[in-house]
Amino acid sequence: MSADAFEQRSLPAGIVGDAVKQVTRNVPRGEPPAWPANAELQVVGKDVPRMDALDKVTGRARYTFDVQLPRMLYARTLNSTVPHARIKSIDTSRAEKSPGVRAVHVLERLLMIAELRDPGDEASEPYPIVRFTGQPIAAVAATSARAAEAALELIRVEYEPIPHVTEFEDAIQSSSPPVFPGPTEQRATAGGGGAAQGLPQKGNLRGPSTGGSRGEIERGFKEADVVVEGEYRTQVQTHTPLEPHGIVADWRDEELTIYASTQHVMSVRDEAAEIFKLPKEKIRAISDYTGGGFGAKYGVGNYGTLAIHLSRKAGAPVRLVLDRREEHVSVGNRPSTLQRLKIGAKRDGSLTAIELHSFGTGGVAAGAGVGMCHHSMYPCPNVSIEHYDVFTNAGPCAAFRGPGQTQGIFALEQAIDAVAARLGIDPIAMRDKIDTRDADDVRARAAERRIGAEKFGWSRRRAPGSDAGPIKRGIGMAQSMWPYIVNSYTTCEIRIAGDGTVDAFCGTQDIGTGTRTVFAQVVAEELGLRAEDVRVHVGDSRFPPGPPSGGSRVTSSLTPAARNAAHAAARDIASRVAPLLKAPADELIFKKGHIERRGDSKTSLGFAEALRRAGIETLVHRADRRDDYEGYARKAGELNISPHAIGGVQFAEVCVDTQTGAVKVERMLAVHDCGRPINPKLVESQILGGVVQGVSYALYEDRRLDAATGVQLNANIDQYKIVGSRETPQIEVHLIELIGAQSSTDARGVAEPANVATAAAIANAFFNATGKRIYTLPMTPANVLAALRAE
Amino acid sequence: MSVATQHPPGREQLGTFSPEPQPLSLLINGEVRTALADPATTLVEFLRDALGLTGTKIGCDRGACSACTVWIDGEVAASCMTLALDVRERNITTIEGLSRAGELHPVQQAFIEHDALQCGFCTPGMVMSCAQLVNRNPDCTLDDVKTAISGHLCRCGTYPNIFKATLAAAAASRKGKTK
Repeated sequence: MSADAFEQRSLPAGIVGDAVKQVTRNVPRGEPPAWPANAELQVVGKDVPRMDALDKVTGRARYTFDVQLPRMLYARTLNSTVPHARIKSIDTSRAEKSPGVRAVHVLERLLMIAELRDPGDEASEPYPIVRFTGQPIAAVAATSARAAEAALELIRVEYEPIPHVTEFEDAIQSSSPPVFPGPTEQRATAGGGGAAQGLPQKGNLRGPSTGGSRGEIERGFKEADVVVEGEYRTQVQTHTPLEPHGIVADWRDEELTIYASTQHVMSVRDEAAEIFKLPKEKIRAISDYTGGGFGAKYGVGNYGTLAIHLSRKAGAPVRLVLDRREEHVSVGNRPSTLQRLKIGAKRDGSLTAIELHSFGTGGVAAGAGVGMCHHSMYPCPNVSIEHYDVFTNAGPCAAFRGPGQTQGIFALEQAIDAVAARLGIDPIAMRDKIDTRDADDVRARAAERRIGAEKFGWSRRRAPGSDAGPIKRGIGMAQSMWPYIVNSYTTCEIRIAGDGTVDAFCGTQDIGTGTRTVFAQVVAEELGLRAEDVRVHVGDSRFPPGPPSGGSRVTSSLTPAARNAAHAAARDIASRVAPLLKAPADELIFKKGHIERRGDSKTSLGFAEALRRAGIETLVHRADRRDDYEGYARKAGELNISPHAIGGVQFAEVCVDTQTGAVKVERMLAVHDCGRPINPKLVESQILGGVVQGVSYALYEDRRLDAATGVQLNANIDQYKIVGSRETPQIEVHLIELIGAQSSTDARGVAEPANVATAAAIANAFFNATGKRIYTLPMTPANVLAALRAE
Repeated sequence: MSVATQHPPGREQLGTFSPEPQPLSLLINGEVRTALADPATTLVEFLRDALGLTGTKIGCDRGACSACTVWIDGEVAASCMTLALDVRERNITTIEGLSRAGELHPVQQAFIEHDALQCGFCTPGMVMSCAQLVNRNPDCTLDDVKTAISGHLCRCGTYPNIFKATLAAAAASRKGKTK
């Protein structure tokens, strides 16, 4: 864009009620004027009830799981029963003749997993190599789910076993069976995934990746007054959305329609287009409601590919919804990690060296990094990062709420706590000292530490291990950081009919985060209407392009485009209504269902009446998400990453029974920022969810595989323990309003920041309670007792 | 051995079933609904696949997540662990039948007001358990609410708002009764 596409504007920026000052920004021409603080707005910043709540409490909300089409067939998947093998033959002939069966399909290629750089001998294999137990091989579509299941039993697969390895400790040994016979790459597809290209690979170790390294690490440690070292381990966590991955595929000659439980309808369309070599216009992806995703629901995946093939073969719609076991095993998980972290600091707390040697195990997938926190959260001149992905014969990893960062912060924020303890500095004072970059998240966290300390009663914190008896209580805190991401290609369309009906469209989706509601609020604010006066349409790939519900980027991407489209519509209406009100268009404002002259409520017309009298039939306005006013630090594909991040500080109070090893989280306080909160109630819900999931990760969740067979031993909800009502602590949320002067709404996301600090806060509280560090997640009695016994 | 004495009282009148699908009539939300079902059909399959009542969800299909909660004669039950044939002549209430004549149950209203839902997939089951608690015990405590939903899984982590909503609905229902 040329320089004259921008204009200099003076805009307010800062934390509302704390420190707001005027800043100068280069604003793209045509941007609406900056909004004042939420307190001065009509609809934005208000706790408008979730727009789809009624449909959800009455059972009317239609999920992919609920889609029922005429002639629809039910599909089930055949999965490998061995962890590593060549498939010599597959005989589907008996299954094809089984009662009710309409189609059988054998998968030609696998998505989500790493691929050999040089396929070598594998290029001539008739079928994909089996690399984990539960890997999808084929699927059957039949007139009932039971008929499909029965037919699966009739498929004969002849395996030629290959030695396998499922445990991280074994896989890193040079004598370990290799999961891949040579170096691998993992390219991203429209369904996501992908890992750094061209890294060396030796055995099952792929890496190192060294991004973020700088300075001279040895010198940094020499300059240090204290050095703290630790070896942190985190477990594999499975996403476990309550609605499993599922697709209903309806292949017709003229168009393929895909109903998908997804975090991104556009990725479903695009990945199907890639695989089936169809023009995107011939594919329509629809997702009215998605029953949870948390990072794993992108693209069509292997199951969706099978469903589409089956629909094409059978000439009928095919529904393929995974069962709970498949959901745990084959469609993603949060990688386990081992992080050897060494930090050097001067007596005053300033950091001189951060050295990280880490491993992440994403099963058969690469991309198991430990986040960007170690090298980017706190200033430090000397940083050395070496990360290796470790392959095992286990299901592939996928993004999971705060991917990498949740694991990384668990280690980093404990290490910072440990440095503070060694130096005799209060953990909050320590962060005040070192959290000093020039960025919004840093300023936010400073306020959040102050507010949090006050609200949580930090001054009552005692010395570590103060309780004399076997039951020990303590409090701790940890900081959050997640990039503030804006998605390219975000467009909103507003249609206003002559009767006053307002429709708003965007090809994003609402997976339970409240996207419909914030979309309506922003449009309503511009038009002076109530949120419920705006009919919001999302979850359809035919709508203008919208962002994926992942990376905490929907609200930051969608709302400025929505506001700009609504603003353009409002100015258009004003110019047409001005003659009726005998007032200049630029003096007309939209307020409480009326269009009126500023400061003169008598010169006023009702919204619908004004449209009618102005003879408006239909107005359509579209607007794109413009770039942030300060631009971006970097761009990665469709991700624009701001130099400013999202902060957050969490506090935990725990109770540790040192005789049984049982840990209970009694209380959490989560203090967060997300730019301008469009709907504080919904933001609070997101934060509550992030904390609950964080407690669950810290205390319970742990995917366990049988090393001999690669079978997941707890691939269900009764044995894979997740926080329930009984384990939910008392949680308090406090939200700050941060105006960044970056976009026309200044909204940012919060789903991930709300999750990444929780485990670390609990671990630091554990230290305060017991005087011992807990280096291993989850904090099960066995891990806790081991930590308490450690020297 | 006498077969008849092993059956619960009244079972003889219900007839016997072959392994093949046959018409099955159940009393659901106050109406007799008839559809084909074989003896292995679970109640939730019958509701969803045979009758199109998709408000009741399946999360685990083994009684561990309670997303499939319905009422059988006013008591909560996991419909994925209940055979459709076994609830003949019982009174089934599903999420679709909870609000009457367009009026929401106080728990449904409170779930909306307190944002006690996110993705919403566990919500119908949660609502059924919380509504049954409030009906049974309008004086319920936080601990009672936790117990009532202790078998439910909400992966989005809406528990704190479910607690608030249910207690608010109980309070509203107490008020309604003293009027």
